[in-house]
Amino acid sequence: MKPVGFDHTVPETLDAAIDALGAGGEVKLLGGGQSLGPMLNLRLARPERLVDIGRIDDLRSTAATDEYIEIGAGVTHAEIEDGAVPDPIPGMLPYVASGIAYRAVRNRGTLGGSLCHADPAADWISVMTALDARIVTAASDGGREIDMFTFVPGAYRTNLAPGEVVRAVRVPRFSEGAVWGYYKTCRKTGEFASAIGVFVADPAKAYCRVVFGAAAGRPLVSPTLARSIAETGRAPDLAALERELEALEPALSEVKARQLAVALRRAVSGAIG
Amino acid sequence: MLTGRHWANVNTGIGARIQRKEDRRLLNGQARFVGDLRFPRQWEAAFVRSPVAHGRIVRIVKPEMPPNRVFTSDDLSDVLPIRAESSLPTYKVSDQNPLAKDKVRFVGECIAICIAPTRAEAEDIAESVGVEIEPLPPLVDARAAMEAGAASVHESWGDNLFLTTEFDGDIETARAAAAIVVKREYDTARQCMVPMEGKGTLAMWDERSDQIVVYTSTQVPHLIRTGIAQCLQMDQGRVRVIAPEVGGGFGYKCVLQPEEITVSWAAKATGRPIRWTEDRREHLVAGANTRQHHYRVTAYADANGRILGLDAEIIVDVGAYSVWPFTACLEAAQAGGNLPGPYALDAYRCKTYSVATNKPPFTPYRGVARPGVCFAMELTIDAIARAAGREPSAVRKDNLVAADQMPYTNVTGKFYDSGDYRQGVIEAEEAIDLHGFRPRQRAAAAEGRFLGIGFSCFTEQSAHGTKVFSAWGLPLVPGYEQAMVKITPSGSVEVRSGNHSFGQGLETTLAQVASEWLTIDTDSISVTMGDTGVTPYSTGAYASRGMVMAGGAVSKAAEVLAKRVKIHAAHLLQCQPEDVHLDGGRAVHRGGSVSFAEIARAWYLRPDQLPDDVDTAGLEVTEGYRPDIDTGVFTYATHSAIVEVDVETGLVKIEDYAIFEDCGRRVNPMVLEGQAYGGAAQGIGTALFEEVLYDRNGQPMTSTLADYILPGPTELPTFQLRHKETLSPYTRHGIKGIGEGAAIAPGGAIVNAINDALRLLGAELTEIPATPEKVLAAVIAAERTSGTKE
Ligand SMILES: Cc1cc2nc3c(=O)[nH]c(=O)nc-3n(C[C@H](O)[C@H](O)[C@H](O)COP(=O)(O)OP(=O)(O)OC[C@H]3O[C@@H](n4cnc5c(N)ncnc54)[C@H](O)[C@@H]3O)c2cc1C
Repeated sequence: MKPVGFDHTVPETLDAAIDALGAGGEVKLLGGGQSLGPMLNLRLARPERLVDIGRIDDLRSTAATDEYIEIGAGVTHAEIEDGAVPDPIPGMLPYVASGIAYRAVRNRGTLGGSLCHADPAADWISVMTALDARIVTAASDGGREIDMFTFVPGAYRTNLAPGEVVRAVRVPRFSEGAVWGYYKTCRKTGEFASAIGVFVADPAKAYCRVVFGAAAGRPLVSPTLARSIAETGRAPDLAALERELEALEPALSEVKARQLAVALRRAVSGAIG
Repeated sequence: MLTGRHWANVNTGIGARIQRKEDRRLLNGQARFVGDLRFPRQWEAAFVRSPVAHGRIVRIVKPEMPPNRVFTSDDLSDVLPIRAESSLPTYKVSDQNPLAKDKVRFVGECIAICIAPTRAEAEDIAESVGVEIEPLPPLVDARAAMEAGAASVHESWGDNLFLTTEFDGDIETARAAAAIVVKREYDTARQCMVPMEGKGTLAMWDERSDQIVVYTSTQVPHLIRTGIAQCLQMDQGRVRVIAPEVGGGFGYKCVLQPEEITVSWAAKATGRPIRWTEDRREHLVAGANTRQHHYRVTAYADANGRILGLDAEIIVDVGAYSVWPFTACLEAAQAGGNLPGPYALDAYRCKTYSVATNKPPFTPYRGVARPGVCFAMELTIDAIARAAGREPSAVRKDNLVAADQMPYTNVTGKFYDSGDYRQGVIEAEEAIDLHGFRPRQRAAAAEGRFLGIGFSCFTEQSAHGTKVFSAWGLPLVPGYEQAMVKITPSGSVEVRSGNHSFGQGLETTLAQVASEWLTIDTDSISVTMGDTGVTPYSTGAYASRGMVMAGGAVSKAAEVLAKRVKIHAAHLLQCQPEDVHLDGGRAVHRGGSVSFAEIARAWYLRPDQLPDDVDTAGLEVTEGYRPDIDTGVFTYATHSAIVEVDVETGLVKIEDYAIFEDCGRRVNPMVLEGQAYGGAAQGIGTALFEEVLYDRNGQPMTSTLADYILPGPTELPTFQLRHKETLSPYTRHGIKGIGEGAAIAPGGAIVNAINDALRLLGAELTEIPATPEKVLAAVIAAERTSGTKE
């Protein structure tokens, strides 16, 4: 389990990183290395060059406006856990971050790396989907903003173009009365989820979203359930959740559907009692 | 025997709760494992491994450059295959070439060895080797492999059965009289042993000794020496095996591995030190070699749950080859013999099948067969208790061999030497508070929480010797164990044993046994193990034999040495040897005394102080030992668990876990506790987490630790321990073996507790690991039958 030989560069600026990405051959960005490292060791990833983006200030900074908080792609899970990032929705990001892997992994793993790896069982892709966050990219021709649905078309896939770097994640600011619920089922401390349920509601903005994570592909979003919860103010029962899952993703096994339904139900009841 | 405080306040003998001698280097990261060794000109090896479960090798194409870096079975033409013979009737022999020849029989089987200055380069070369394999139908399921018309793992056999065994007792009377009949099928998953240190082997030719020196991470250095010499067709004098620090073995490192032979061959052929260090992926793929059983059990009992007879069929999925020396059949032979466990039943019938499949070769793992049989038996007892409407632990007590029946020969001929098995259950009931639990369980149920309690009992045959192993037909049978004990010129003590310590604390406990006789502090006793060049022959560390056998041998040698010390001291003290006693590292006679240092100085440096007729055997003793009986001595235990099952997620939380065990004399209580914690942790892995999964083509789907889940510290409960010391009448100091025990019972205790919790829903689990998915599946199935849902 040793990687194929590769070159390694450590640019100091975003522009230099973009240049290095475009310099030809197969190049991979290295964030915290917590997903890419194993992929290299298993020789599933075989880049000719690694561009380590860990020293780029641009990617490690945070900005706040009235509308959103912009978190640099290179901010680590541990920094979010420790509250180093302003809260777009009180308490949620630190709570989610604290449940990712264990501290050693969180010290290195980054928000951007996690989203780009797009593991269906990862925490941030479901949470950012529920928060309606937008991915901000940089590229030689400038860059763009991408919504989460477009950004993650399926398991382990993103719609990043060659040469494009995720610079930051823009999370909308929620109203004071917003509520959220997050439930992650996993067998063991430090494991990926077997089921994730996320619920976010901001009545002042008429916003309500529910997400099932760790299903088969990308996060499953249910407007139907969101509407019914917003109307009734109650968590749906398991049977209703399982029916909705059947409609969203008929290929799910009975057991998996139960796991997802339970995670979502617990997320919702955790938020609205 | 000396106990209590001595002359210089030395109290490090048998029974002392002292810290382990080995811990300083282990905890400071100063131990040297195979992976830490580095010799001039050393290269690293990587293996080309089979990507398919079953196929015919059509062609292997070596890369042209660099030359002489890749070797295949054609290059190893003078190497004999691993061949484990057995004298058991119906047994079929398999030949395992260290590098596959003609056919591959499991994913991960070695095909070629590649060498280079670094492991990464060796892996690059391995990738460039072209291997063309014509696929054959893979045998992934043992029951399917038994069917007529199934493909053959070994063509010449005609079927896929390594072995069938049968206990053909009469159970008709039991059947006719039974008020309760319980029928179940049970499954235990295939597992990997996952020692913290993987396997590693470094071999080099040593010109001066004219030997191949093999550093290898093994529990059985002397056996490996024999095995390598046989396969490489060398005289044993030309082979030296050194097991340096070994980071866990559990059985994985008690057999001759193909890599050990190939690496030794490559070192001999190239004249370079060559090292192979197993990585996790290699282990999780090619080391997926243990625990997988299937049971069909029918138990007959009277209305109170007293078992009248047991009828069973056991299928063991033993994989592609028979390991040397323990064979593919030790498991099934043990399973058939141990299923009745500690219970006094009279009618027993059992057939076992050891089935060849396209999986890695089965290797005995801590507990050997008993984690499976204990699981099957203990779930059966609970099922009987439910049918009888009684408390399962009460039914256990009624069925266990009673103390006044000891010694007791059970239905399969096992000779239980001593103990009070029923008392063990009572102790466990008290520790876990069975009586307080039931009301608590009812109160929780009223709130929609599902608590359950489970018990599990077993006996552990330890240090079984010649008769037992020869009855299992093995090619190699343990007999006497030897040890050397000597006093050095400065008066300290050296112990040498051919057994080995791979984490179980033997370095400390053997020193304690020597300290017991010689009265010197264990700090002044050094213990050398694992090097065939400097230790007496031992078949090694397995079958919970180390403390009984190596401990017994050290005890005998130390006893003889103590006598010699007294004779030498008597010369110096001008008295009779009978009047001398040892105390705190001194030989004492009335008011006078001489230290070991003075005695040693006289013998080694100033023999002029000794009379001419002094005993020239000196201060170095090698003695051999075997217990008075060699059918093994039996420890026994009861585990009990309280769990809470989240019936919505299927997650199981262990709320409390109590272990009662009786292992005879405790040489070091702290070491024993460590064995209990570690064993129980592994057993919890078996019960709830660990499972090697294959797809239809025999591809392992659990080849990283993200997929093969092991319990971590946060998944383990705080274990309560209770001990009792019933000394074995047949061993030195009354010691019994304890190394494997605690890994045996958790599957039974935990799944019984889960089933106790799920009883209200009418759900029952019959397989391990009890993953959340399996628990949920059982809950959903029960919902469907009862038509209820939230
Ligand atoms: C033991 C363990 C347990 C874990 N448990 C969890 C868990 O419970 N939940 C969870 O969500 N995650 C878990 N993870 C994954 C962890 O969160 C990783 O940190 C994360 O998935 C990847 O982040 P990284 O910064 O390490 O990215 P890297 O591994 O460095 O990169 C991942 C991928 O993203 C690309 N990339 C990185 N940064 C950028 C960028 N700015 N722009 C474009 N592409 C980029 C890389 O090229 C690579 O393809 C676990 C990891 C480990 C090792």
